[in-house]
Amino acid sequence: MTDANAHKIGVDGDKFGKSVHGGFKCNDCHADIKEYPHPDKPAKVQCATCHSDQEAKLKGSVHGDGNEHPCTSCHGDAHSIFPKADARSTVYPLNVPSTCGKCHGNDGMAQKHGLASVYPKYVDSIHGFALNKEGLLVAANCQSCHGSHGILSRKDPKSPTNKANIPNTCGTCHAKINMEYMDGAHGKAIASGKMKAPVCTDCHTAHQILQPTESEFRMQSTPICGSCHKDKLSTYRDTFHSQLGSLGGYVETARCWDCHGAHDIRGKNDPASPIHAANLVTTCGRCHRGANVQFVQYQPHANAHDRKLNPALYFVRLFMNLLLAGTLTFFVIHTILWLVRSRYDQVKSKSNGGNHA
Amino acid sequence: MPELVVEAERTTQTTAPTGRFFQRFTRSQRTLHAVLFTTFLGLAATGLPLRFSESIWARGLAGFVGGFGAILFVHKFCALALTVAFLVHVKDLVTRAFARHEKGIFWGATSMVANWKDVKDIVGHMRWMVGLGPKPKFERYAYWEKFDYWAVFWGMMVIGFSGYAMWFAPFFAHFLPGWALNAVLVIHSEEGLLAILFIFSIHFVNTHLRPDSFPMDMVIFTGVESEEEFKHKRPLEYQRLAAEGKLEAKLGEKPQSWYVRFAKVVGFTAITIGVVLLILTLTAYFG
Repeated sequence: MTDANAHKIGVDGDKFGKSVHGGFKCNDCHADIKEYPHPDKPAKVQCATCHSDQEAKLKGSVHGDGNEHPCTSCHGDAHSIFPKADARSTVYPLNVPSTCGKCHGNDGMAQKHGLASVYPKYVDSIHGFALNKEGLLVAANCQSCHGSHGILSRKDPKSPTNKANIPNTCGTCHAKINMEYMDGAHGKAIASGKMKAPVCTDCHTAHQILQPTESEFRMQSTPICGSCHKDKLSTYRDTFHSQLGSLGGYVETARCWDCHGAHDIRGKNDPASPIHAANLVTTCGRCHRGANVQFVQYQPHANAHDRKLNPALYFVRLFMNLLLAGTLTFFVIHTILWLVRSRYDQVKSKSNGGNHA
Repeated sequence: MPELVVEAERTTQTTAPTGRFFQRFTRSQRTLHAVLFTTFLGLAATGLPLRFSESIWARGLAGFVGGFGAILFVHKFCALALTVAFLVHVKDLVTRAFARHEKGIFWGATSMVANWKDVKDIVGHMRWMVGLGPKPKFERYAYWEKFDYWAVFWGMMVIGFSGYAMWFAPFFAHFLPGWALNAVLVIHSEEGLLAILFIFSIHFVNTHLRPDSFPMDMVIFTGVESEEEFKHKRPLEYQRLAAEGKLEAKLGEKPQSWYVRFAKVVGFTAITIGVVLLILTLTAYFG
C-alpha cells in the first residue's frame, strides 16, 4: 500500500480495505501523525476513542492491567480486524478458544499468573469437541462462560464463574438441567447460601467436561461425590457395586447417580426421590431384572462395623473374621513347629528326605 | 530345643528301596483333585481383584485373567465346573454308602470322619514337634488331611451358596431376609480369603513343601507311592494291611517317567500361581 505521495506503508491495503475499519483513513486512528517523515515513536492508537464501552469494561477486568496492547492481543492485527460474526475474525465463536489459548494454553504464561493451562483441557472436553470437530456455533466457547471484555476473577461475586452464579451461567444453555438442579437438594442448598454444596463445575469440572455416559466420567464420578459424602463412599466401597466398578472396564455397575439421580438429588423421604422406599423396585430394577420387594431390602450402604445399625451383618463379619484368624493362627504355629522338627530329624538321621514316586 | 525323645522305630525311615509301589488314590480321586485345583486357581485369580479392587494390582490382574467383562464369566464358569465336581463327589459318596454299603466311609480306619484317635494324634503330634513325646503313627488319613478335606467341603458349601445367592439375588431374595443379601458378600469374600490363604500357605507346606515330601508329594498325581514312603508316612495303615493280608491287593505300578515329568510341570505351575496369588493377597491385606 502506498500513500498519495507514493510512500510505502507496511500495511496490506487489500486486507485492510476489507476489514471492519477499511473505510477509515490512517489518521482517523493515528491522530498524532501529521507529517512525513513521522515521529520516531508514534503514539499508541487509542481504540477507546470510539470503543469507550469496551474500554471501560476492560479496565475493570482481569486483563485491565496488561502490558500488551489490550485490544490487539485478542482482536489480532489492528489492520485486519473483522466483525465477530465473520469467520475471519479472531473472536468468531469457532476461533475464540484458539485466540484465548495463545496465552491460556501456555504453561509459562499460566504459571506466571498462577492459572491452570486450560486450553488443552477445553479442547478435549465435550464443548471443545462440539466446537472444533462439529463446528457448532452454539457450543460453549471461553466467552460463553467468562464474558469477553469484562472478564472477572471467579472470586468476584459479580463474575459469571463465581460459585453462586455457576448454575445460571451453565443454565443459559442448559436451562432444563438448571431447573432440575434448583429443585434438588444441592440447588436448594446453594440458593439458601450453603456454599459447600456442589454446583455444576464441582462434578463436571470447568474446562475438561466429559460426556457423562463416557466410561472416563463414570470412573471419576464416585470419588467426586465421596469427597463430601465420605461415610457413604466408604460403605459403598464395601459393596460388589464398587468392587466390580473399580476395576476399570466395568462402567455399568451402579455409581452414586445411577441410584440417587444426578441434578435433582433428593432425600430418601421425598416421594419423588428414586431411593424413596416406594421407588426402590423401579430404581434397582433398571439394572437388576426381576428385582422385587424383598430384593430391595438389600442395603447398598450397609456398614459391617456398625453393631447398632447393622447388627446381623456385624456379627456375621465378626464370626468370619474370627474363623479366619483362628484357623490361620493355629495352623501357622502348627506348620512352623512341624517344619522345624521334621528338618531337625532329617538332618540328624542324615536322610535326604522321602523318595517320591 | 529340649532333648528329643528318640523314636523306637527309626528303621522305617531308613529301609532300602524295595521298588514296590502302592496305590493310594484312584483315577477318579486324582481327577477330582485336578478339577478342584484348576478351578480353584481360576476362582482365586478372578476373585482376588474384586476382593482387593482398591489395590494397585487389581486392575492389572483383572486384565490379565480375562480382561474386563470376562473376569466374571471366568469366575462363574469355574464355579459351575467346581459345583459339578462337588456334586459328582457327593453322588459317589452316597452310592458307596447306601448302594454298596461301604461302612468304611463313615467310620473306621479308612474314613474321613474325625475320631478319638485324631484328637490324640493332634496332641501327640504337637508334643512330638516340641520334643515331648514320640511321633504318632498315622492311619490312612492323618488329622490334617481330614481337616483339609472338611475345610474344602465346608468351604465349597459356604462359598458356593453365598456365591449363587449373589448371582441369582432376586430369586434368593424370596427366601432370605434383607440383611442376608448384604451378608452373603461378606461371607463369600471372607471364606474365599480364608480358603486362598489356607491352601496357598498351609496346604502347600503341609502336603508338598515339608521336608518329608519336599518339593512336591506326587502321590495325588500318580496315585501311587513307594513302599518306604508308605511305611514312613502311614505306618499304621501299612501294618494293618499287612496283618489283614491285603497289602498285595494294594500294589500298584511304578509310574511312567514321562507322566511324572508332566505332573511335576503341572504341579509346580499350580504351586507357583498359588504363591504369587498369596503374595499379592498379603501385600493388599497389609498394604
